[in-house]
Amino acid sequence: MSVDKLLQVNNLVLHFSTTNGAVQAVDGVDFQLDYHRAVVVLGESGCGKTSFSKAILRLLPRNVKRYDGHVYLQGNDVMQYDEEEYRKNVRWVAMSLVPQAAMNALNPVLKVGEQVAEPAMIHLGVSKAEAMQQARRMFQHVGVPEDFLNRYPFELSGGMRQRVALAMALVTSPSLIVLDEPTSALDLLTQANIMNVLKRIKQELGTSFILITHDIATSSELADEVAIMYAGQIVEVAHAKDFFPAPLHPYSQMLMASVPRLRSESDPMFITGQPPSLIDLPKGCRFAARCPFRFEKCSEEPPVVQKGDRKVKCWLHV
Amino acid sequence: MVAQMEQISVSAMKMSQRVLLAVHDLHVWYELRRFGFGHAGYVKAVDGVSFELVAGETVAVVGESGCGKSSLMKTILGLNIPTSGEVIFNGVNLSELKGLALRGYRFQVGYVQQDPYGALPPFMSVQQILEEPLIISGVKDKDERLVRIRKVMDEVKLHPADDFLPKFPHMLSGGQQQRIVIARAMIRGPKLIVADEPVSMLDASVRVEILKLLSNLQAEHHLSVIYITHDLSTVKYFSARIFVMYAGNLIEKAATRDLLKNPLHPYTMALLAATSDPDAHNAEAFKDVPPGEPPSLVKPPAGCRFHPRCAKAIAGLCDVKAPPDFEPEPEHFVSCWLYQ
Repeated sequence: MSVDKLLQVNNLVLHFSTTNGAVQAVDGVDFQLDYHRAVVVLGESGCGKTSFSKAILRLLPRNVKRYDGHVYLQGNDVMQYDEEEYRKNVRWVAMSLVPQAAMNALNPVLKVGEQVAEPAMIHLGVSKAEAMQQARRMFQHVGVPEDFLNRYPFELSGGMRQRVALAMALVTSPSLIVLDEPTSALDLLTQANIMNVLKRIKQELGTSFILITHDIATSSELADEVAIMYAGQIVEVAHAKDFFPAPLHPYSQMLMASVPRLRSESDPMFITGQPPSLIDLPKGCRFAARCPFRFEKCSEEPPVVQKGDRKVKCWLHV
Repeated sequence: MVAQMEQISVSAMKMSQRVLLAVHDLHVWYELRRFGFGHAGYVKAVDGVSFELVAGETVAVVGESGCGKSSLMKTILGLNIPTSGEVIFNGVNLSELKGLALRGYRFQVGYVQQDPYGALPPFMSVQQILEEPLIISGVKDKDERLVRIRKVMDEVKLHPADDFLPKFPHMLSGGQQQRIVIARAMIRGPKLIVADEPVSMLDASVRVEILKLLSNLQAEHHLSVIYITHDLSTVKYFSARIFVMYAGNLIEKAATRDLLKNPLHPYTMALLAATSDPDAHNAEAFKDVPPGEPPSLVKPPAGCRFHPRCAKAIAGLCDVKAPPDFEPEPEHFVSCWLYQ
C-alpha cells in the first residue's frame, strides 16, 4: 500500500449484533487521509459516523458481529496487529481519539495535569516527570494556563475541559487525531476558540484530523476535505473548496440546503422522511426513498464514481 | 418565512400595542450556602432585566451558558420567585398569583424544552402524555380530550394521529419527539410559548422543519414566542426582535434585521463574528474571539460586566459605572458607554 497516505481504509465493515438483528453501522467504507490534512466526516444521527471512529481505532464493544477490512496507517495494515501490538503501536501512539462529550469523560477525582500525563506514561513508557513536562507543553498548545495542571475538572469551564481532553489526545504526539463532535455542547465563543486551537495545532504540529460532526457550518472552519456519510456508507468525498459551493450527491445537496445561514437570504429547506434503520437497510441506493431525483436504476446499489478529485456514490453521475 | 416575520413585527407595532408580558427591573438571585448553613453570597443570575412583549410578537433571547437566560425563562414560567422586580402577564402581576391561579397562569404559557427525549416521560404513551395537561386542567370527558389531542396532532403535522397515539417516546425520531413536546405545550391554547433551544438537539436537516412548524403555529394562533438560542443563524427565520443577554443583563435589544446588519455592542459583534456559514475559506483564517470567559455571577466585575474582555473598554468609565440603555438608533437599545 502506498506509504505517502497517512491513513488508507479499504472496505471497512463493523456490524453489531442486537436482539433486533445486526446493526450494519459501518458497511464497506473506503477512506483516505493525507499527512497534515483535516477531513470532516459529516452526517446525521444514526449514519454510523461514531461507529466509524470506533472502527478505525479498534474500540470495539462486546457485541461485534463482524469487523473486517483493511486499515493502513503509515503504510502498515494495523488490522493484522494483535491486541497488544495495537495498544503499543497504534492506539494513542499513532492515532488518538477525543470522544463525544470528552469534557464529561474526565476523571473527577484526578487533577487534570495527571490525566493528561497518563497516556504518555502508559503508551510511551516515559517517567512521570517527563510525562508532566509533555503535559505542560500540550497545555500551552491548547491554550490552557499552566497553573491549571493542578486543578480538578470541576474547577474548569466546559471549554477548558474540552481543551484538556484535546491535550490528552495530543500528549503522545500522534500523527492523527479523531474528534467526535468536539464542539457540540459548547457555547458559540468557546466553539470558535476550540476551532482556533485545532487550526493552530494543525499548523504548528502538523497533526492530521478526522473531525466527525453534524455541525456543517463549524466543520468548514477546519476541513480540507469533506466526506458525507449516510446509512453506514460514505456517499461523497471532495476537497472542501469543491464541496461547499457545489455538492454532487442529492443527499449532500439537500443537507447543505438545510443549513441556515447568517449572511445570506436563502430560505433553508428540510429533508422529509428519515434515514433508514441500520438494521433493516433497503436494497439498492439507501437514499432513494427520500431522493427527489431517483429513477429505476436506483434500486441497484450505486457504484462509487470518480469525478476528477471527487468521488460520489450515485447513479446520476455514472 | 423571513418576510412573514417582518410582516408580523410591523403589524405588531401598528396594532393596539397590547402588551402581553412586561418584565420590570427583574432580579433573580440565588443564595449560596456554605456547608448548608452559612450565607456565602448570591448568584446574581438575572440582575436588572426589563422588556415588554406585545401579543403576537416573537423575540429571540441570545446568550451563552451562564448568562442567566434559563433563570429568566424559569421566572417567566412561574417556576422561580423573583428576588425583586415584576413579571406582569396580561396586566396581572405574577407575584399576586397563588395556588390554582398560578397553575392557571402556567397553562397560558407553554414551554418547549431543549431535549425532546428528556422532556417526555419514557413510560407514557403519546396519548397519555398529551392527555395529562387536559386531565390536570379538568377536562373530564375522555372523548373531548381525544378530539383536542387529534386536533393538536394535526397542527404539528403528525399524521395519521392514531398511528402515533399508542407509541412511546423511544419509538419516535428526534424530530417527532419534539413535535410531541410542541403539541403538549400547545394543547391548552397558551398565549405565550417559551422555547428553550428547541432545535439544538435535532439533526441539521430536521431543524428547519421544526422551526418552520413553530413559525406557522405562531402565525396561525397569533402566539407570542420567546425563542432562547445561541444559534444566531436561525434567529432571522424565527424572530422579529433579538435580545442579547450577558452575565445577567440584557445588553442589546433591537429588531432582528437591524441587529444582524448593524450590531452595536462589542459582545454582539463578537457573537456574530464567531458564527460560521459553511464556506471552505473559513479554514484559512483564525477567528477573532474576545479573550477570557463570561464572569462569575457571584462577583461580577464592577461597571460594565463585559469590560474585562472588551477591546474597546474605556478605562475609568467602563470599569467603574454600569452603562444604562442608550438608543443610538430608533428602537435599537444598547447598554454600552461607546454610545453615550
